[in-house]
Amino acid sequence: MSVKILGKSKGFYDTYERRPGNNKEQTHYCPGCGHGILHKMIAEALTDYEVAENCIFVSPVGCSVFAYYYFNAGNIQSAHGRAPAVATGVKRALPESVVISYQGDGDLAAIGGNEILHAANRGEAMTVFFVNNAIYGMTGGQMAPTTLIGQKTTTTPYGRTLQNEGYPIRMAEIIASLESPVYVERVMMADVRSKNAARKAVRRGIKNQIEKKGFSFIEVLSTCPTGWKMTAPQSEEWIKSTLVQNFPLGVYKDIAQQVEPLDMSQNLATPARVPKLIGLEQDKVMIDAASIKLSETIDQEIKIAGFGGQGVLSLGVWLSEIGMREDLEVSWIPSYGPEMRGGTANCHVKLSREAIGSPLVTHPTVLVAMNRPSLEKFEDDVIEGGAIVWDSSLIDIEPKRDDIIRIPIPATEIAKELGNTKTSNVVILGVLAGYSDFLDPIVVQQVLPLIFKKRHLLEINLKAFQKGLELGRQLSA
Amino acid sequence: MAKQFVKGNEAIVKGAILAGCRAYYGYPITPASEIAHAAAQYMPLVGGTFLQAESEIAAINMVYGAAGTGTRAMTASSSPGFSLKQEGMSYLAGAELPCVVVDITRGGPGLGNIAPEQSDYHQVVKGGGHGNYKNIVVAPNSAQEMCDLTMLAFDLADKYRNPAVVLADGFIGQMMEPVDFPEPVEEFAEKKWAIRGVDGDRMNLISSIELDPDDLERHNQKLQRKYEIMENSETRFEEYRLDDADFIVVGYGIVSRMVHTAVDQLRIEGVKVGMLRPITLMPFPTKRISELAAMDHVKAFSVIELSNGQMVDDVRLAVNGAKPVEFYGRMGGNVPSIKELVREIKRMMRVL
Repeated sequence: MSVKILGKSKGFYDTYERRPGNNKEQTHYCPGCGHGILHKMIAEALTDYEVAENCIFVSPVGCSVFAYYYFNAGNIQSAHGRAPAVATGVKRALPESVVISYQGDGDLAAIGGNEILHAANRGEAMTVFFVNNAIYGMTGGQMAPTTLIGQKTTTTPYGRTLQNEGYPIRMAEIIASLESPVYVERVMMADVRSKNAARKAVRRGIKNQIEKKGFSFIEVLSTCPTGWKMTAPQSEEWIKSTLVQNFPLGVYKDIAQQVEPLDMSQNLATPARVPKLIGLEQDKVMIDAASIKLSETIDQEIKIAGFGGQGVLSLGVWLSEIGMREDLEVSWIPSYGPEMRGGTANCHVKLSREAIGSPLVTHPTVLVAMNRPSLEKFEDDVIEGGAIVWDSSLIDIEPKRDDIIRIPIPATEIAKELGNTKTSNVVILGVLAGYSDFLDPIVVQQVLPLIFKKRHLLEINLKAFQKGLELGRQLSA
Repeated sequence: MAKQFVKGNEAIVKGAILAGCRAYYGYPITPASEIAHAAAQYMPLVGGTFLQAESEIAAINMVYGAAGTGTRAMTASSSPGFSLKQEGMSYLAGAELPCVVVDITRGGPGLGNIAPEQSDYHQVVKGGGHGNYKNIVVAPNSAQEMCDLTMLAFDLADKYRNPAVVLADGFIGQMMEPVDFPEPVEEFAEKKWAIRGVDGDRMNLISSIELDPDDLERHNQKLQRKYEIMENSETRFEEYRLDDADFIVVGYGIVSRMVHTAVDQLRIEGVKVGMLRPITLMPFPTKRISELAAMDHVKAFSVIELSNGQMVDDVRLAVNGAKPVEFYGRMGGNVPSIKELVREIKRMMRVL
């Protein structure tokens, strides 16, 4: 059986084409159910405020899962409890629309407890209608989080107990305790008077959103004659005599008049403006590989290791940035996963004329060791004839191998003399540029200003680089 | 346009924005958090939305709401987070909403660790949530592809009204490489089905409910036809040194980079080995693999994964018994070295 909604509002479709079966005029709600009445109040308000065509109605899971049969609005049906999250996605995309999240007690207060709490806490500019009938209607009369102590349901056949299920949850009070919501009221669907009060609350909730005032929450104590196994009049009586004793009516919060309207203007960038906005304009430093003299044996596999804070990862990134501007194939990967075992931060850099397969460096051509554990850990991995550059001011041992090129650099000492120990990695960069044949010092000097954008940092790092470069050249000569 | 040296995770976000994405909803999780960091940095600059949701579940449902309005929307997470998103994935697929979800796979099961694995293949490629649906799945193997395939994912998602997943791992996410960023997408097909909060959309409905069994069956059949069309027209893969290969190694994502190097080394030794890399995992290059399996010079296949062997099922189905299919996998976040791969490929080739 269905309930005819009298004097159908323009907020409803003329005929309910989506409703299965032959009855396209009436709702699917049971006689005496509060949903039908609340639907009508919402539809009327949307019509009266002339926002029905801008309304997006989020239907929940529960008896009102089919609200979209009726509302002549944009309709989105959501997963159980997730309506406030879905409504958030909608409202953020379409801030000018009127977004309604309509939810039952299981949906909102149980499975969707987190979603409602956070949507309310963010102050999402939406209107939430919370239909509290103290029971799961659609799924067969199971206990809701709002079921009363002693109330019998299909999952509390002996009555809800304090010991087993705890107290019924009072959502209006919880929501009102948050800073953001602008309007929280609990109303009931019992007699004419209470329904008039409910109608006013519905309208206020929607008006707040039209006026961009923020989050409004209207809890509606509603009848469920089928679930409660009562007649419609008995149901209304039970709300008045019992339900309302546990869920006191009233305005729990109302600051809508005090708050300024939210700035909900949208300023979506046109595609053409995007590259500039996200920093995708090409800088000038891009060198044709043919114009620089790099060794034929340019393919390098470099491992840089040290303590965190020594600029180990940065040095790797700079080498790659420079390599890229020499038009080489480059890859950089930080110590990650099991590689992190052993307490040293390290990164792998590959520079190559060919496309790079694995980005991992297992046998470096160059090892830069900035602390002792790094030298000890990776010395043996270096290829025969490869190079080990180590910070001799911090490492009190030397590599044991003699089949490698040994490049001790007191990098920290030099950096300290320059006035900033943090530049020790740039000293090493200079050494590599001066000693090796895979970095062009001219390119490095062009890239450094892109890395150190602050003038005083650039100055000191250019000095550090110059110092390293000289040292590297001396060593190679 | 601009060539930049960026992390794979950042390339995803820049690619997404170039593809017109203006909504990012996410929840932090290692090793995918950098995607959220980049989105938080760049989305506001283009007037888009970045919101850190209260949970993975909320994030995917926010994407559902944004996608319902026709906005190009995305989220990103890592394995345990993707598990939580599965409810939303099913609803998105059921309601035929286009969106992009990035999964930077980490070690599992459970909390596992944050090191790279490919153990989400089953939960991403085979659906994972309830119902007869599939995600579109692309598997980048470089920072460049993190950008390009994210952009492709948005296009495919829109074209087929289906969620698309960028399935990568912590390595590709953390790795920095030069990326040639393409020009921004300027034109988008109109989404007549979307809810825009205007009069003309009022008969539109975003929903996954079909109460009548016949209607739901028809809806499911429509989805299956969609997947079939994708199989025929959207399958992408890369072939490397297959022309005369005795032995074909199949690997995707970061594994394909390692296999590439291993193949080069084996070729120097005169071993006739090649690689097939699926770029789309759904649709899977089934047809191409069966063609290869029928070739005389192809003697056997092997599949290498950072998992217990998940994609290998699809390769076996494609080969359909025509040739042996071997498997080598590492788990727990361990990545095989090139030396190890060379050794294992040789071992597996003993079947020849």
